Amino acid sequence: MAVCIAVIAKENYPLYIRSLPTQNELKFHYTVHTSLDVVEEKISAVGKSLGDQRELYLGLLYPTEDYKVYGYVTNSKVKFVIVVDSSNTSLRDNEIRSMFRKLHNSFTDVMCNPFHNPGDTIQSKAFDGIVSGMMVQAA
Amino acid sequence: MAGSQWELPPELCCRPMAFVALTGLDVVYNAVHRAIWDAFCANRRADRVPISFKVLPGDHEYPKCRTKRTSYEWYIPKGILKTGWMNKHLNLVPALVVLFYELDWDDPTWKEKQSECATKVEIVRTSLQGRNTKVAVVLIQKKTPLPPGEDLVASERAATLCNACDLSGKSLFVLPHTDHLVGYIIRLENAFYEHAQTYYYTEIRRVKSHKEFLNKTTHQLLFVRHQFKIAFFSELKQDTQNALKYYRTAYSLVHELRAHETNMLEIKTMAGFINYKICRLCFQHNTPLDAIAQFRKHIDLCKKKIGSAELAFEHSAWMSKQFQSFGELFDEAIKLGLTAIQTQNPGFYYQQAACYSQDRKQLAQQLCQSAASLPTPEPAETQAGGLDFYGQRPWRQGHQSIDPPDAEKEKTGILVLQIKERDVPHSELIIALLSNAVAQFKKYKCPRMKSHLMVQMGEEYYHAKDYTKSLKLLDYVMCDYRTERWWALLSAILTTALRCAYLMASVKDYIIYCMELLGRASTLKEEQKLRIEKNLIKVLKNEVPEAEPECDPSSVTAARSLWSDRMALAGSNELNIEVQDYIPFIQCKARFQSPSFHVDQPVQLQVFLRADCPHPVSFNKLSISLSNQEYNQWCVVESAGKESMSLEPGKTQCYNFSFVAKTEDVGKKIEMTGIEVMLGSDSGRCVFLSWRGAGGDVASTHEALLASRSSRRWGRGVEARQELDWDSLTMQPSTMVISRVPKISVQLSHQPPALTNEMYCINLTVQSQEEGVAKDVKLTAGLKPGQEATLGQTTHVTLDGSKVCDDSAPALLPDLPLGDLNPGQKLEICVHVKCVSTGSRVFLFHVAYSIDTTVEGRQIVCKCHKDDTVTIETVVPFEVSAKFMSTKFEQLDRLAVDIPFLLMTDILSTSPWPLLLASSSLQLLTMTTNTPQLQSQLQEVVLQTDECASECFCLRVPPMNSSNTVATGQYLISWRRKSSGADSPLIQTTVTLPHVILETVPLYIHADLPSFGRVRESLSVRYHIENRTALVQEVEMAVEPSDAFMFSGLKQVRLRILPGSEQQMLYNYYPLMAGYQTLPQLNISLPRCLTANTHSLRRFLPQRIFVKPQGRQLDEASIAAA
Repeated sequence: MAVCIAVIAKENYPLYIRSLPTQNELKFHYTVHTSLDVVEEKISAVGKSLGDQRELYLGLLYPTEDYKVYGYVTNSKVKFVIVVDSSNTSLRDNEIRSMFRKLHNSFTDVMCNPFHNPGDTIQSKAFDGIVSGMMVQAA
Repeated sequence: MAGSQWELPPELCCRPMAFVALTGLDVVYNAVHRAIWDAFCANRRADRVPISFKVLPGDHEYPKCRTKRTSYEWYIPKGILKTGWMNKHLNLVPALVVLFYELDWDDPTWKEKQSECATKVEIVRTSLQGRNTKVAVVLIQKKTPLPPGEDLVASERAATLCNACDLSGKSLFVLPHTDHLVGYIIRLENAFYEHAQTYYYTEIRRVKSHKEFLNKTTHQLLFVRHQFKIAFFSELKQDTQNALKYYRTAYSLVHELRAHETNMLEIKTMAGFINYKICRLCFQHNTPLDAIAQFRKHIDLCKKKIGSAELAFEHSAWMSKQFQSFGELFDEAIKLGLTAIQTQNPGFYYQQAACYSQDRKQLAQQLCQSAASLPTPEPAETQAGGLDFYGQRPWRQGHQSIDPPDAEKEKTGILVLQIKERDVPHSELIIALLSNAVAQFKKYKCPRMKSHLMVQMGEEYYHAKDYTKSLKLLDYVMCDYRTERWWALLSAILTTALRCAYLMASVKDYIIYCMELLGRASTLKEEQKLRIEKNLIKVLKNEVPEAEPECDPSSVTAARSLWSDRMALAGSNELNIEVQDYIPFIQCKARFQSPSFHVDQPVQLQVFLRADCPHPVSFNKLSISLSNQEYNQWCVVESAGKESMSLEPGKTQCYNFSFVAKTEDVGKKIEMTGIEVMLGSDSGRCVFLSWRGAGGDVASTHEALLASRSSRRWGRGVEARQELDWDSLTMQPSTMVISRVPKISVQLSHQPPALTNEMYCINLTVQSQEEGVAKDVKLTAGLKPGQEATLGQTTHVTLDGSKVCDDSAPALLPDLPLGDLNPGQKLEICVHVKCVSTGSRVFLFHVAYSIDTTVEGRQIVCKCHKDDTVTIETVVPFEVSAKFMSTKFEQLDRLAVDIPFLLMTDILSTSPWPLLLASSSLQLLTMTTNTPQLQSQLQEVVLQTDECASECFCLRVPPMNSSNTVATGQYLISWRRKSSGADSPLIQTTVTLPHVILETVPLYIHADLPSFGRVRESLSVRYHIENRTALVQEVEMAVEPSDAFMFSGLKQVRLRILPGSEQQMLYNYYPLMAGYQTLPQLNISLPRCLTANTHSLRRFLPQRIFVKPQGRQLDEASIAAA
């Protein structure tokens, strides 16, 4: 399904980035990083009009020739980004949403770990497993 | 430029306008004609009809019209669209030819002129043989025409002219050459425009009519061609809606063509053209979403149509061009008012175009390796120098079969194209596209996308071997990635930058990038770090570093020689690098041990260094610069001899420094301004890494924040870590030098509260506990500054307690010299304070002195001071009240003139301390004393708290005229605290006595009577009745009988008293009862004077008298009787 999954801290530095090993990892780093432009814009636009009422799922951030980039922002401004191959047209919006929800749940678990320092990069087998589950289906 | 093969032809990109040819105008020599022409072509704003005009000679040869085909049965088309077709209809074949001819209706040689004009028309007609082009005639006339219908000659001649020229009436125009030229011209061109539209309409009909002859098998190309032509004519006709419709059909027809390798390029070229037209029209119709959708469809359809694998770069080039031209269309539409958004702006298309250009470059590098020279004759060049049809190969033009006709020719053709591609400056193209994209993303608030593209530009410059530009760009964006903490990306950029620096042999840049790649933010693998560190050490030793991997071998050799040149150069081997804005491999943090130091303590500071590189790193010098540079000498550590200091990877090294602060710096801040670490040595290359302030770098603030939040800090305890936790080390960049702690005691003794106006005494005891002599002891005493302003004026401080100070004494006595103070010596000072007003005041006692001390073997003179403040309340010592009374001790509210009365004063002490009233005195105004001498009754009286002292004075108001309120005078009291010494000054307190109302009485009566009577003993009472008026007063007097008295005298009398004189009445009273007895009442009335009544007169008279009982009288009679 996904070709790259990333978790970005509130301060916009990466907490976790995983991409298909077969492809150029750096390119995905750039893709995720540039998508933050749109995320920031969307967050600030919503903040003005609706106050606290905000949907976490941001939808399609921007399409590139090869990939579709989806975004999701938690209430604590941690961002999730999922990159999907453009050719994969079977993927519905709902499925992306549920992927994000799963990711969010797993992320919450990581944060609940008393040995995890908030702000550190994520090193969790359980989280790895969830992410792998979302990536493997593409293969 | 070789890229021009992919440029869209200008005739495609322009806005098609109806073409009208003007003949018969001599614009060079004829001023009138020139003016007409100028009116046509100048000032063509949007509100004028879209026509492109051209002046052509009357006998101009128009392109020949080919004979019309009657049947397409055997016709096999050679291509989709001829290269010349669009230009032909835009610029060569007019929709209308206008013949200008100078002829007035009343021209004398009308006949000749008419036939000449007809001939000219005929010439034009002949050269337009076979075309549907219209012809019109304009007569240039000198005279203003009459209104239509009035000039019979004109209408008749017009008709004959039309006949002669075979023109319809609508095609003959008159252009009077008068003032309103532009107006006429506009009307003319509107008429021309109508003619042109009719022409294009017929053209469209003509092309449409071919359709029925076509069949789907052989004429597929013609379907596309015809639709395109119809659409193009519609555009010329300015019918953009229909044009769009026909272009869309043409577009779908293009994709229905049988595509194979040989015609792929032609199909794509045409598809690209049509797509361009569609997108352009969509933007023009303000339906940008349609344009974007069409473009997406176009890309999706064409993306996979690569065509010949050996020429795959052509496909990328074409794709790049598609994106670029769409981006340009989009951008143009924005300039005309369209609004774009962050996620849909031209930048994305430029970016994608750049991306395809990068693909093109890569493909070209793969495919164009064969280094054959150009074969001759060059098959890629056609004899005519151009192509007949768009998108065809020069070596097989017009050929539409699936297989190439000549395999050999095909091969060389491809080879030539590959060789040509090799010369294309790909990087230039890519950079141009990227910079276009950067400009767009900047506009649409995509800073990260912009940075990303700038990285790509930098990389492209690197590939283009323009290392300076590359470094400039990379350096610019690096800091964005650094502050956003995207280490993987930063490392990648740094790696490229390092290569650039290496290839340029830029020593400083090279060292900087090495340092950062060795630092903790780098995501490089260990072995790479090892290699980089080795190189760095080499550079420090002034040796040539190893080449970076993945560098172009030829560039590497060039770089080597550059490096060795650089190394050979003497001098310039000292480099200073500001590392704070990077994340260097040596981290530095420094702190003062305490936020403040006493001047007699040594100032201590620590510098922590830590290396993140894989090998230990050695350095030769560490120095700290401080805001006061005199201390810098104490904060240097240098390697001794050959032994250099070394930092172990991952270990924190701490260096301690201490120095003695100067006494001048007391109260000042000492700040670290910088820290320098010297790497390398003088023999090789010195690199000074310098940090501003107390060290730290871009990442350290965030790390410290994380460390403070971390759960790890709670986990300590069991294994107390020997090593400091680097991240939680805090920097302390400045410290205060504060004065030495004073070793003297200052004690205050006084008796609060202070009383108003008194000389309040505060005893100050200063005792030295110093071991040495305290020199220059100075006292500052008085009201603490910064209180209410009025307090300063109502407070006076003096050391002289012998007399009451006046208002000139200041509120604060500054710097009173007290001399030196030996160890253990005591000093007592008495400070006197006079507070004029009540309230609380803060007093400051500041004792300053200097003393010699020794700190770390150095003699310094320290200034110390001790402050003490005390709050003192000031209260009123006593309250004074005064009242007037009659001689009968009755309270008076008004005083009768010239009649004695009493003044009673009460002094109520409110002071908590006993007061001594030394004396009191009266200063009278208006009134005088009734007694010979006024003597104070309060001499040396002591009043305790709440006790009251009273005085009584008998006074009289001398006769005067006014009966108003008058001031009575002042009451002066001199006093002091009882506890104060006998020599202490007395304080004079002045109380103003109340004002009184005066009145005059007409008659004054007073009685002389003894102080007591005795039962059955006669007592004589004499009443004095004085007339105080200037008139004779008649007085009636009557004595009423009383039970207690018998009396003798006039019981009732009427008498007259002269002005100013007095009458006396004598009565003998004989008391009958003992005790207080009411005297017989004396009724007095003044029948002449009604203002005074009995009652008011009676108050002067005594009412009662005490009558003693008759005692047992030891008179002779009783004694004798006994």
